[in-house]
Amino acid sequence: MKAGKKIISMIAAVWVLSFVTFLAFSVLPGDAAEARLGTNATPEQIEALREEMGLNDNLFVRYGRWIGGVFTGDLGYSVRYARPVSELFAQTLPNTLLLAGLSFVLILALSFPLGLLYGRYPGSVGDRAGVFLNQTFMAIPAFFLGILVSVILGIGLGLFVPGAFVSYNEGLGACLAYLFFPALAIALPKVAMTVRFLRSALLSEKRKEYVRTARSKGLGEWEILWKHLLPNALAATVTFLGVIVSEIVAGSIVIEQVFGINGIGRLLVGSVANRDYDVVQALVLYIGIVVIVLNGVIEALVQKEAES
Amino acid sequence: MKRFLFTVLLLTVAAAALSGCKKDGTKDGKNGGAVVVGITQDLDSLDPHKAVAAGTKEVLYNLFEGLVKSDPAGNLVPAVAESYRISDDGKTYTFVLRSDVTFHNGKKLTAEDVVYSLKRVAGKLTTSDPEVQVLAAFSVISDITSAKENDKDTVVVTLQEGNTELIGYFTASIVPCDYTEQKTKPVGTGPFKFVSYTPMSGLVMERNDNYYGKAASLEKVTFSISESTDAAFLKLQAGEIDIFPYLTADQAAQLKDKYYIEVGEMSLVQGLFLNNKVEPFNKKEVRQAINYAIDKDEILTMLNGGGGKKIGSGVYAGFTAYFNESCVDTYPYNPEKAKELLRNAGYPDGFTFTCTVPSNYTYHVQTAEIIASQLKKIGVTMKIQTVEWASWLSDVYHDHNHEATIIGLDSQLAPSDILKYYISGSAKNFINYESEAFDAAYREAVATTDTAKKKELYNKAQQCLADDAASVFLQSPSLMVAVRNGYAGYKFYPVYVQDMQSVYKVKSK
Repeated sequence: MKAGKKIISMIAAVWVLSFVTFLAFSVLPGDAAEARLGTNATPEQIEALREEMGLNDNLFVRYGRWIGGVFTGDLGYSVRYARPVSELFAQTLPNTLLLAGLSFVLILALSFPLGLLYGRYPGSVGDRAGVFLNQTFMAIPAFFLGILVSVILGIGLGLFVPGAFVSYNEGLGACLAYLFFPALAIALPKVAMTVRFLRSALLSEKRKEYVRTARSKGLGEWEILWKHLLPNALAATVTFLGVIVSEIVAGSIVIEQVFGINGIGRLLVGSVANRDYDVVQALVLYIGIVVIVLNGVIEALVQKEAES
Repeated sequence: MKRFLFTVLLLTVAAAALSGCKKDGTKDGKNGGAVVVGITQDLDSLDPHKAVAAGTKEVLYNLFEGLVKSDPAGNLVPAVAESYRISDDGKTYTFVLRSDVTFHNGKKLTAEDVVYSLKRVAGKLTTSDPEVQVLAAFSVISDITSAKENDKDTVVVTLQEGNTELIGYFTASIVPCDYTEQKTKPVGTGPFKFVSYTPMSGLVMERNDNYYGKAASLEKVTFSISESTDAAFLKLQAGEIDIFPYLTADQAAQLKDKYYIEVGEMSLVQGLFLNNKVEPFNKKEVRQAINYAIDKDEILTMLNGGGGKKIGSGVYAGFTAYFNESCVDTYPYNPEKAKELLRNAGYPDGFTFTCTVPSNYTYHVQTAEIIASQLKKIGVTMKIQTVEWASWLSDVYHDHNHEATIIGLDSQLAPSDILKYYISGSAKNFINYESEAFDAAYREAVATTDTAKKKELYNKAQQCLADDAASVFLQSPSLMVAVRNGYAGYKFYPVYVQDMQSVYKVKSK
């Protein structure tokens, strides 16, 4: 029953989002026909194209047509690229997913060992240095970190060639090798946050009574950390990681611009500028669904946590 | 899903095919090889008649040709037509077609294709496609027909009124008449043929070995798209790009020894365009004051490292046949004179206005910043408002709703085209300039068939713009092109093209 309600409210959220996007676009100055025809077109030509694109119909008719298409599996047609939106999706979405996946793996691989170490030795020199580094990485915006990664690791050390992105369908290995660096730029600030979160979760667990009991039973510090503190701290961290995932999706939009990755982020920015309605609508819908579903899952987890 | 897999398969095959032709073989005495050209704008259409952006046309130039085409000096030379003649009254254009032209898909070019192509860009096909960029200048055409002349295919274009300038527009691409996939798989007659295009990534073309003219030397050309000049410059530094045509002065100074730099000029009229209908720019003294207050030399130094050419009216410097040199110094830098003019106009304390600049053109935004600081010195505050390109098109260009803007205007190789923006009441007149003297000179110039008279009249029209201070005509910016050592033959044109036919790999000794 509860789950049903939840799902309905999620669908409603997605629907509101898609409608607001549609609305926002119709308020913006300039439409697809003008953007398409540029400076040499006469008002008559623009009008003719508007008519052909169906831009002259009222807002609700256009929205209805679009949403009808979505339900029949037709995401629409990109005016700018003269191909179906689904084809553009097939070209770009896997790149974005790979980037997001790789970022997430990096976050896990870096933040857990570090978080455990800091949780084990709070107040040590390493811990204090870690806190300082964390603050620094959290303060740097992702795009700037992206530029730093490009300049230092790419141009300075020559570990990769900035901009020489290889799409997943042209070579998966080369694609992943390239994506490692933008993934690093996305991951570092998130690692900093996760480490901090994990550390404080561990420390607050450490102050609880059962730790003393465990110590009195003669368990070693690492054992306590591993067997008691971590599982308890983990529950809170998992919800936190859920938030991180939706941030990765958003963060990749910016990072894709910096690294010239042909993912949905770059597609989105270009399509907004060209008023390529169908593409923007489809992308917003996709990103919206990802974020809303993730949030739903997190909420469910939190609830389960509270109930148990 | 099926389609998706199919796409993947197709791309894999394409990739395999591409890597297959990487060999550095010498064929037909050519040096062969491949080149990667960096561009900073995605292509807006692959159909040459639908492409709007100069950045797209300069790429497609390699795939398509018109009846005539421009040479580096700006002369029109025969291409698909082996010769042409214009009747004395300027009312009939006759093009004799080459008999040895085939399209990239193997189809032989006929007069039918030419008639179709011309009618398409003239908007005279029975079922017109609203996305096609109709050439307004072709509205004077009354008829396009094919004929035979001495056994050769010819195409005859008849006009309602005499106009000898129309020849500049016959650079319009010739496409096959019964081909419907132009938007995704373009087919033309040019020295290169289309291989593949990936949105946001790039376009690949290969040498057309059946080209009727002098075949290209390079076997493969890749136009690699970057998000911005900065991103492209990163790729250049990493050695991923061989030729990069849009270097900024700063970047040129940073470039290391692997590249050399060719310097030319853009075929562009860059200006601070003032809306002549809004206060205070409806007063000529105010517009003149702004002209006196702007130091063009400083702009050239700061943005081009001293390159580029100052202009003083509506024709770009590279269009030497019609460029009116004497307009350049109408308003030499003189802030004192500017202040005096402002006082006389009733603005002793200056005023504030907003300049709307498209944000995607960093160059124009930077120009705006320099101008804002120069105008400060005469007490005028220029606020810079950056807007998206689509908003700029809508508000500034189509609705003429702005106080001032900075933009670069380009054109066909015809003086009537670059000066069309200033005709009173025209929809394109986004500065709302009105001058009977200009209109009269322009009208007469278009109509006359006498070349000397034409030049004189266009000079007069340009003088009107300068004397009235219609706007601040700044400069034709310099165009700095980085070319990797080992490549040669890059050429500049007075129109927007990246001609890869002339580029070749220098044989290493």
